[in-house]
Amino acid sequence: MNTATAPARRPRPWRHPQFWPAATLLALLLLNWAFNPGFVSLSWRDGHLVGPLIDIANRAAPLITVALGMTLVIATRGIDISVGAVVAIAAAVAATLIGGNLVIQDGQQVYVARTPMALALLAALGVALLCGLWNGLLVGVAGIQPIIATLILMVAGRGIAQLITQGQIVTIYYKPYFFIGAGYWLGLPFAFWLALGLAAVMGWLKHRSALGLFVQASGANPAAARLAGIRAGALLVGVYAFCGLTAGLAGLMISSNVKSADGNNAGLLLELDAILAVTLGGTSLLGGRFSLRGTVLGALIIQTLTYAIYSMGVPPEVNLVVKAVVVGVVCLVQSPAWLQWRPAQADRA
Amino acid sequence: MVTTAAAAPVLDLRGIDKRFAGVAALRGASLRMHAGEVHALMGQNGAGKSTLVKCLTGVHLPDAGQMLLQGRPIVPATPLAAQRLGIATVYQEINLCPNLSASENILAGRLPRRWGWIDWPRAHERAQAILSGLQVQADVRRPLGELPVAVQQMVAIARAVSQDARVLVLDEPTSSLDEAETARLFDALKRLRDQGVAILFITHFLDQAYAMADRITVMRNGCTVGEYLPADLSRLRLVSLMVGRDFDTEGATQPMPPPPADTAPVLQAQGLGRRGQMQPFDLQLRSGEVLGLAGLLGSGRTETARLLFGAQRPDSGTLRLGGQACTLRHPAEAVQHGLAFCPEERKTEGIVAELSVRENIVLALQAKRGWRRFIPRREQAELAARYIRELGIKTADAEVPIGQLSGGNQQKAVLARWLATEPRVLILDEPTRGIDVAAKHEIMEQVLQLCRRGMALVFISSEIPEVLRVSQRVAVLRERRLVAERDGAGLTEAQVVAIIAEAPATHSPAPRRHAA
Repeated sequence: MNTATAPARRPRPWRHPQFWPAATLLALLLLNWAFNPGFVSLSWRDGHLVGPLIDIANRAAPLITVALGMTLVIATRGIDISVGAVVAIAAAVAATLIGGNLVIQDGQQVYVARTPMALALLAALGVALLCGLWNGLLVGVAGIQPIIATLILMVAGRGIAQLITQGQIVTIYYKPYFFIGAGYWLGLPFAFWLALGLAAVMGWLKHRSALGLFVQASGANPAAARLAGIRAGALLVGVYAFCGLTAGLAGLMISSNVKSADGNNAGLLLELDAILAVTLGGTSLLGGRFSLRGTVLGALIIQTLTYAIYSMGVPPEVNLVVKAVVVGVVCLVQSPAWLQWRPAQADRA
Repeated sequence: MVTTAAAAPVLDLRGIDKRFAGVAALRGASLRMHAGEVHALMGQNGAGKSTLVKCLTGVHLPDAGQMLLQGRPIVPATPLAAQRLGIATVYQEINLCPNLSASENILAGRLPRRWGWIDWPRAHERAQAILSGLQVQADVRRPLGELPVAVQQMVAIARAVSQDARVLVLDEPTSSLDEAETARLFDALKRLRDQGVAILFITHFLDQAYAMADRITVMRNGCTVGEYLPADLSRLRLVSLMVGRDFDTEGATQPMPPPPADTAPVLQAQGLGRRGQMQPFDLQLRSGEVLGLAGLLGSGRTETARLLFGAQRPDSGTLRLGGQACTLRHPAEAVQHGLAFCPEERKTEGIVAELSVRENIVLALQAKRGWRRFIPRREQAELAARYIRELGIKTADAEVPIGQLSGGNQQKAVLARWLATEPRVLILDEPTRGIDVAAKHEIMEQVLQLCRRGMALVFISSEIPEVLRVSQRVAVLRERRLVAERDGAGLTEAQVVAIIAEAPATHSPAPRRHAA
């Protein structure tokens, strides 16, 4: 067999793992534009950009954040269905600690937090990290199947959030806190920056540390990875803890955006959207290779689709059906049968 | 048994071409088979044997060429289509469902029914009858995964032959069988042959080819070299045809002189064992030494290796590495101590199929270094390029998913993974299983080079001559017990076999009996 010369590969852009997610996003954006010529309009108001695209970026930020954490979990062959509940817990912790009162002093509005905001944020993220750690211990150390292990917190988490908020919807009256989910930085939503920053840090870790290799190896073939000296247990604990942390961050964004924390409804079904975003981005639920860019694209697809459904006046009753159809098509287009991938097993004679 | 050349072949493949990602796997390959013959297909790894078979069985679509079955051209597009044409296949790796019963595996897709429901009593009866026809006794109701590997292999064959196959293709059917099991498989094949089935038999074992084949077709570099009668083809000639040059089968590697007796041992196991896996054993290994583990399949060779490497936790005994006592709780700790282990199951425990050759090669070294001390991409590429060159790994480039490489090249990459960690002790468990003669020699030559520079080697193989050829000392295992340790010099195969065949001492606990 001639191995000296690398075979000339015909460029096949549609074989690129991110081709279909990117094409889908583009198609959805064009569709929105066709129905609503104002869709791409951007204007500058109050020191930041305004427009439908900015709305989408802002609303997609929590989903991107959660989906990025979920990507790692899925790459290890796992799944974390508790992220929605962790979002609620983190939101509840932050809202309860900050609370805030509107005080008028000398005719000026003054915002007073119950606890210093930095402390409250740290506490919320810390609790989220603990939640993830709990999942990680169940999966990585106790060896429980991920869907069952995280089901525990999915169910219990809402109860914990309710306990923290004492069954109430806690409203936040502390303006600096609103910056996280509704503020702007350099003209773009701060939450979007946070999500992109998270993606950048993770991308850096994936390519500039061995974590990417370890996660992908132990997801693709746990037995081989173990014999090669990779400690899957510690890795899993870390990955789930990180996923919990990203859910906590999303909880801060969401509660800051809606200025309240609702133990029952904050982040409800977010886990499913996150899993969907990861899948749309081309990461296999069977573990192994993962794509952070794909996940970001996947989350943007979901948010753009939601926007399209609302802006086109599709009745809310059917919007889940429309979503399902689009998602089904995208998944089909990415399926091996559709792409007619060459058989992975080449000559083994 | 050889059919005269005048008789029309039942199967005739002509001028088959197949390319993968620009690399030619087959170039005008041909193959003729007659009814009622066992036909051995031989060649090195990467010669194109499996690809040719996969074209025949509908896994791959050939790029060019003609396939005639009883004179009629066929183009099987799927394995199912090939099956319907009467071409049944048993692949190298057993492709069955371990969670289903043997009956279901044998009769899948054509379970007998009554009133629309599966007729289980009849299904089990029929499966049992098919297996009995192959002289296999097994509980067909039990999940396949609980049956011994040999029985699983027979079930795969039973599935293939029970579909009234005219052509039966066996890709390395004996690679996971011990001798007795192989003999039983051969008996079954002979009976099928006498019923008029044309059997294509791919193997790396010369002995088995000569024992079974009525004719031999040799392939090299994607081409068919020729078709021969075993009687007209000497072993030496066969090997040189496969390799493409004259080849010295004997003594290609000479055991090195053993290291001086006062060399401090790098590895010392005392009473190491685990209940139900391996009786406590003592082993010593000095730097630069090659210790062979000989014994039948299931005698505890792999278990010994896994205990030494910490892949299986011992429940008794101590292990000293470099004079320092240590308890290995995880392979990661073994790797830290300079141990390396190429497992027997290349596909499930060795390679990470979807990762690239480069990533597979750097995996253990990166694990040894930890996640923070990242090996820069350039260094990774250099490392991969170096081992691809030194071990002669055949791949388009280092970024190809390793699953696309042939078995021998995957094995070389796994070896490269460990050599990259510069181990003090290397444990090779059946490193040459399913690998051709030339690759075998290349791999062993590379490893022995390292031993000359001070690495210690534990070498496990079912092929006793191979163990004797490289080992300075040989430990013989029988029924999960280390029964003897001998100097390699002057030890003969007959002596080792005699130790293995000795009746077990009365005090030894009854070995676990297989269902077969």
